[in-house]
Parts: sequence; C-alpha cells; structure tokens
Amino acid sequence: MSLILSVAIIVFIYVVIFQIAKASEYVSILKGEEASRQQNNKINGFLMVAFLVLGFIGIYVCNKAYYGKTQLAQGAASIQGEKVDQMLFVTLIITGIVFVITQVLLFWFAYKYQEDKNRKVFFFAHSTKLELIWTAIPAIALTVLVVFGLRNWFFFTGEPPKNANVIEVTGKQFGWIFRYPGKDGIFGKKYYKNIDPATNSVGIIWDDKYAQDDIQTEQTMYVVKGQPVKLIIGSRDVIHDVGLTHFRLKMDAVPGIPTTMWFTPIYTTKEMREKTGNPNFAYEISCDQMCGNGHYSMKGIIEVVEQEDYDMWMAKQKPQYYTAFPEKDPEAVPVKADSTAKATAAKM
Amino acid sequence: MSHEAALHEGHGHEEHGHHEHHDTFLTKYVFSQDHKMIAKQFLITGMVWAVLGGLMSVLFRLQLGYPDASFPWLESLLGKWAKGGQITPEAYYALVTTHGTVLVFFVLTAGLSGTFANFLIPLQVGARDMASPFMNMLSYWFFFTASVIMMSSLFVETGPFSGGWTAYPPLSALHDASPGSKTGMDLWIISMALFVVSSLLGGLNYIATILNMRTKGMSMTRLPLTIWALFFTAVLGVLSFPVLLSGMILLIFDRNFGTSFYLSDIYVNGVGALSNEGGSAILFQHLFWFLGHPEVYIILLPAMGMVSEIMSVNSRKPIFGYMAMLGSLFAIAILAFLVWAHHMFVTGLNPFLGSVFVLLTLLIAVPSAIKVFNWLTTLWRGNIRFTPGMLFAIGFVSLFISGGLTGIWLGNAALDIYLHDSYFVVAHFHIVMGVASMFGMFAGVYHWFPKMYGRYLNNTLGYVHFWITIAGAYMIFWPMHYQGLAGMPRRYFDFSIWESFKQFAELNRFISTVAMIVFATQILFLINFFYSIFKGRKVTVLNPWESNTLEWTTPIRPGHGNWPGEIPEVYRWPYDYGKDGHDFIPQTTPVGADETGTH
Repeated sequence: MSLILSVAIIVFIYVVIFQIAKASEYVSILKGEEASRQQNNKINGFLMVAFLVLGFIGIYVCNKAYYGKTQLAQGAASIQGEKVDQMLFVTLIITGIVFVITQVLLFWFAYKYQEDKNRKVFFFAHSTKLELIWTAIPAIALTVLVVFGLRNWFFFTGEPPKNANVIEVTGKQFGWIFRYPGKDGIFGKKYYKNIDPATNSVGIIWDDKYAQDDIQTEQTMYVVKGQPVKLIIGSRDVIHDVGLTHFRLKMDAVPGIPTTMWFTPIYTTKEMREKTGNPNFAYEISCDQMCGNGHYSMKGIIEVVEQEDYDMWMAKQKPQYYTAFPEKDPEAVPVKADSTAKATAAKM
Repeated sequence: MSHEAALHEGHGHEEHGHHEHHDTFLTKYVFSQDHKMIAKQFLITGMVWAVLGGLMSVLFRLQLGYPDASFPWLESLLGKWAKGGQITPEAYYALVTTHGTVLVFFVLTAGLSGTFANFLIPLQVGARDMASPFMNMLSYWFFFTASVIMMSSLFVETGPFSGGWTAYPPLSALHDASPGSKTGMDLWIISMALFVVSSLLGGLNYIATILNMRTKGMSMTRLPLTIWALFFTAVLGVLSFPVLLSGMILLIFDRNFGTSFYLSDIYVNGVGALSNEGGSAILFQHLFWFLGHPEVYIILLPAMGMVSEIMSVNSRKPIFGYMAMLGSLFAIAILAFLVWAHHMFVTGLNPFLGSVFVLLTLLIAVPSAIKVFNWLTTLWRGNIRFTPGMLFAIGFVSLFISGGLTGIWLGNAALDIYLHDSYFVVAHFHIVMGVASMFGMFAGVYHWFPKMYGRYLNNTLGYVHFWITIAGAYMIFWPMHYQGLAGMPRRYFDFSIWESFKQFAELNRFISTVAMIVFATQILFLINFFYSIFKGRKVTVLNPWESNTLEWTTPIRPGHGNWPGEIPEVYRWPYDYGKDGHDFIPQTTPVGADETGTH
C-alpha cells in the first residue's frame, strides 16, 4: 500500500513539474523569443555565481565533516606512509590552486559575460603568447610533481634494508595465509600442486630442508615496530591485493607471479589505539582487488608489537611441519599429538 | 565532396515523395541506411541502457546506503537475488559489474560516439551520407545483437558476470571461482566481441567519410572541432579495440578449451589444483588496458569536441586557439596509447617501467590544461546565451577540471600505491569520464535535437535537469574523495565489519539518497525527450542557434541525402562569430573583399 502511495506521489511530482515547464513554454512564446531568452540568461547567470559560492561552502562543510574521518587526520603508521602523506599535501596544494582559479574563472565568466545587447564581443581567435604561457606553467608544475613522486616511488619499490624481516603472504578466496621462514631464515620451497587445505595450505615441499621449520598463521600477521618488513606476496587462486591503508601501501597478489612490498611500521597497535582513542583500532589488511563474492569480507590483521612481545609470540609458534606430520613433533605426547596440532591450528 | 560525386548520388536531390515507395517502415525505421536514422537508433538504444545502468547503480547504492534495511519490493523485482528484501553479495557484484560494462561501452561509447559521429559527420562535413551506409547499418545491428546478448546474460540461472567490468582473469577465467564466472561470463565475452565488431565497422566509416567526403572548400582545418574530436575518437577505437578482442578470444580459450594464456599455479577451493602452468594473469591486464585507456578518451573526446562547438556558438565568439585545440586533441590521442600501465602500478610492474608511465601519464595534463584554458578564454568577453546545451557544456568543463586534477594524484605511482582501487578512484573516474562525458552527451542532445526531430526540447525542463544533475553529481562524488582518503576500497558489498571504514555509514546513506534524486531527474529528461519528439515546439527557422556550421543549411527535417539541391560549398572556418561586427558568418558565405584575416 505504502509502495503504491509513494509511486503515486512520485508520478504526481513529475506531472506537476512537467505542467509547469509546459506552461512556461507557452508564456515564453507569448513574450517573444528575445524577451524570454533574456530572462533565462538572467536567471541562469545568477545561478552560475550562486552555484560557485554554494559549491565552495559545500566543500568547506564536507571537509569539516569528513576530514577527521580520513587516514590523513589519523596520520601514517609507517615511514613510507609519512612520505605519501607529505606528497599528498604538496599535490593537494598545487592542484587545489588550479582548481580554485579555473572554477572561479569558469563560473564568473559565465555570469559576467551573459548576453547583453550592448556588448560587442571580442573577436579573439588565438594568441601564441598566452598559449605558450599556459603550456609552460602546467609543464613546470608537473615536472615538480613527477620528480617528487618518482623519488618516493623508487624508495618504496626499491630494496628494503638488510635487517628486514621477511614474511610470505598468500591470498586465497577469502582469507590470508602468512608464512615465516623459521629459525633458518629461509623459506622452504613450495609447489601449488602440494596444496592441502587442512595441513598444507600454501603447498610447501616438505622434503626441502628449509621447509620444516617454516611457521604458518592465518588471518593475523605479527611484525615488529621499527623493523623493516618485507612481504613476498602471492595468491592461490585469483588476483587479490594486500591493502595496507594505515601504512599507505598496497600490492597485488597474483597467482604464479610473486610480488614484493616493504615497509617500516612506526607505531605498535597499542600505541595506535591510544593515539586514535579507539580501543578497537586494528591494522586491517583489506583485499583491494575484486576477487569474488566474498571480496568485501576478506580481512586480515597486522599486529605491530615491540621486539620482546614478538619474540614471545614467535616462541609459542609451532612449525607447520608438525601440523602436517603430528607424529614427528618431538614435544607432543604421541597419543595426543593429533589433538594438540589441531588446537594450535585453531588458535592461529 | 566534389561536384561530380554529388551529382552521382542522384537520390539526394529527389524530394521525399519521389522515392517514397522504397521506404517501407522496415527500411526507414529498422534496417535504415540513413546516417541520421542510425544515429537515432544508437541514441535510443544507448538511452535504454543508460536507464538500466542507472537503475542498477540505484539498486546497489541502496545496499551501500541502507545495509540493514529490508525492501520487500526488491524481492518481488529480483527474486532469489534479493531474498528477504536485501540484495545478496552475488547480486550486488553482478549489478556493479553490469553497471560498469554497459555505461562504459554501451552508453558512453556506442550511445555517445555512435550517435553523434553518425549524426554529425555527414551533416557537418557536407556529405549525403556515410562512406558506406550499409556497413553503418551493420554497425548498429552488431551493437544491437551485443545488447541483446548482454541483456540475456542477466537472466541465466547463475547470474551475469560479476567480477568487475575489467574482467580480470583468473576470476573471469575460472568457472568455479564465482557463480558469475559461469555462463554469464561466456555471454559477456560474446557480447563484447560483437560490440568490438560494431565499433570497428562504425570507426572505419567515420574515418573514411571525414577524409574522403568533405564538400568543396572544406579543408581539414575548416572542420568544426566536433568532427576533429570524432575523427581522433574513431582512430583510437580502430587501433585499440582489436587488442581487446584478442584478449577476449584468449580468455574464451582459457575458459573453455584448456589453454593457459592467463593461468598458472592455481588451486581453487573445492576443486583442487588446476593443471594450467606458465600463463600470466597480468598479460590480460596489458591487453585490456591497451584498449581500456584509449577507451577513456574514446568516451571523452566526442564530448570535448561537442562542448567546444556548443561553447563557441553560444558565446557568439570564435573558439579560442583552434589550432591549439586540434594539437591538444592530437597529443591526447597519441598519449592515450602510451599510458595504459598506470592502471597497473600495483600489479608488481617493474618499477622503472612504472616510472616511465608516471611521466607519460602526467604529460597528458598539459594538453588537458590547454583545452581548459582555451574554453575559459572562449567564454571571456563573449555574449553568452544560456541554452540548456550551453549549460551542460559549462558543466562539462567544471567536471573535467575537478576530475582531471585528481588524475594528477592517481597518475603519480607513489600516491597510487595508496589510493589505487579506493573510492578516490571511483570519484575520479566517475567525475572525469562518467559524468563529464554524460554532460557532453546531454549538451549534444539539447543542441542538436532540433536538427534530429525538427522540434525543440522544453527549455525549463532542461534547466531543472541541468541544475539538479550538476549539484547532485558533485554531492555524490565529492565526498567519495574523503572515503578514498580513508582507504575505503571499491567493490565492497558491506563495510560494517571494517573498523577502518565503517565510520562512513551516514555519508553512504547521504550519497545513496542524492543518487536516487539524480536518477529521478534523468527520468524527467526522458519524459522531455520522448514528449518533445512528438509534441515539442516546432522549429520554424532553418538555423535556430544562429550557428555557422553546415548542418543548419539543410531543411528543417532533412530527408535521406541531407540537402535537397546541391551540397553547399564552404569558404571559411566555422568559428567566425562576432567578426567585423557580424554576429555570425556561416561557412557557406564567401569571403568578402574587405574582410580582415581569414582562416
């Protein structure tokens, strides 16, 4: 019933607007083309300035309401992020100046030069000097931005420092798997045909001597504050993307083609909770590449902790090898081996 | 066109009555070879798609704005796709994908350049029809078939394709990766392949007509900027669409015939490891964006051309810097082919290669800036008449500035690495490509409607349409920049589980509400359009806008062949407005003895 009513109201509004518009057409025919054109010019000329003024007020209101909710207000959580933010502000200033000047000129000219019978238009078809000026100025401004941008780009995509912690990230529909190289610092080789969702979700080749101490977790990744971390990113099925909005970085996870990204976190999760005043704050990993119907729920968490907390956490982790082969776990009591492994896996 | 050629095409001289027996309903309105009728077919098919695509966006905005609400009528409309009155993620992604595909290809490519290239090229260069009217007809019918197939994909049991309009494999290549990647995807590819054929047939025709069929005196530098823009558009399309077609064919092979062009090292949940090895998922992205980026300009250039023309006519002043406008069109067209990888900065692209694409991408800002400054100077000290067409042209420039400037942010790889695939991108391309080109299209429709149908659109409705649409467009897309700066990713069905993004629930509601109002306003335009075709105020003068170009020398309702007599000869460029005290001097007026510098 309410649906019919609302449809009726909408139709009624259309009919009213339409009738008014038709009536105004008859009026303008009666008035004559010249007179009605002049009137339309006046109204629209005024609306041009009104739109300009209201537009800038709107921008101000919007900025006031939403700037505080952006990442910029919160501040970046990595050294890369700080550079991104700095560059954002420089770009914002340069493009902002151009935006204001051109929009003001556009709507102001539209208002000021609305039709006036007494004005003789200025036959001005070209001016090499003017055109050279407004070719050169954008070119110079853009050169500045390119130079600035590329310096950052090569820093971001360049080699990480030697002491970087290396973690392997694998995307799958719809979750994240993290692998640490273990005590030997080297990842065991993997092959996708070895994948077994229960015990070997990235397809580690167990015969590889570096493989047996690899540690694997799901959904949550631990990294150390102040220490560079290098991610080796891959995917099991479709393309995903490791989106780290707080660190201002992202990189695709492509099946068959490993990609890398590195960053240095500068605040622990705990510090960020205090800084933002949000007790639920978390460094969320969002999947930023359309990957299927569960795309919107493909969330991972990064826990940034101090070195000692990290060491304590790491000490508690069991190599994935023992999940796959519980009978080889030296610490497990043979009878209970299976259930312990499952419990560890569940905790991860 | 030369004198003899005009004589050969005898039927153009004949009055309607003389060959009426040839024109059955079928040949006049359905399988027409008259470029003007084909243009209208493109326009109206494009409008049908625009309404459907717009409606889809309203539906998925409903989900984003009101994620917890239940709308029983949605269930009666969509059935199992909206169980309990709430859109499912499957339906959401299908709507988003189809919205993108049809708006980009069917509305803003076929609907925009299909309409205006067909309508304006013969009329403005002074030709009786396209170089190959039959091919032109085929172009429409391939488009129509593509439309029917795309439409039918909406009704298959597993749903239409739902992996985003860019259709990246492996998601689009694996039947089991998503329900939308089953039959829906095959239909999507077939539809796109037919669409490519359509745009090639059209494009070749446009190029041939512009190069070979100009009337006497119409040198290339006397062409209106609309024609130049449509020319570059056609060149871009002809050179880049085949690449998309090849990408699509490889995708069909990977999907159905067991090849591994795009596939390698894949384990699908519930299926197991696939045997494909050695392919590259990134290869598809190169093929796709080699079309995909020029496609942006295929959409934008016709709008730029029409805006230049409409601005000059309604400012009663020559377009400023004709040669610079032409040069910048040319520069944009060239650069369009050299920037595709800026869509791929975060795919693991070689950083050095990335830096080259940064440089080339930001270079596009220079010709774009030239165009904007030239439009501004065209307004300066003019005598502006605010027809609805002119308003949309001014709106286009405003939107092009706003959306173009954020392109400078995104084109810089070091910022893209943060903003990529966020709502910032959504805001950017909707403003600069979506809404701006739509404004160009509206400007064109309002301006050339009298030539198309011999009647005027209602002015008042036009003004209401413009002001609500431009204010609404900014209210929808401006705040999205802030969402993007919060890192909010695009193509998310629901943000409520995200601590980092859920603070925008109230803003999403606002955006969705405005989107509905703007959509309702477009319905007002449709009413105006279809009412005015039959009942609009009649055009009583040949040249209602007092314009210089050739189309206004044809009869009010030109028949097939456009000019009843000989095709007029051209003596000057089309922008002699306000020259030597004359308000306007049509292209067909010979140059006077005492006239100051001619073009």
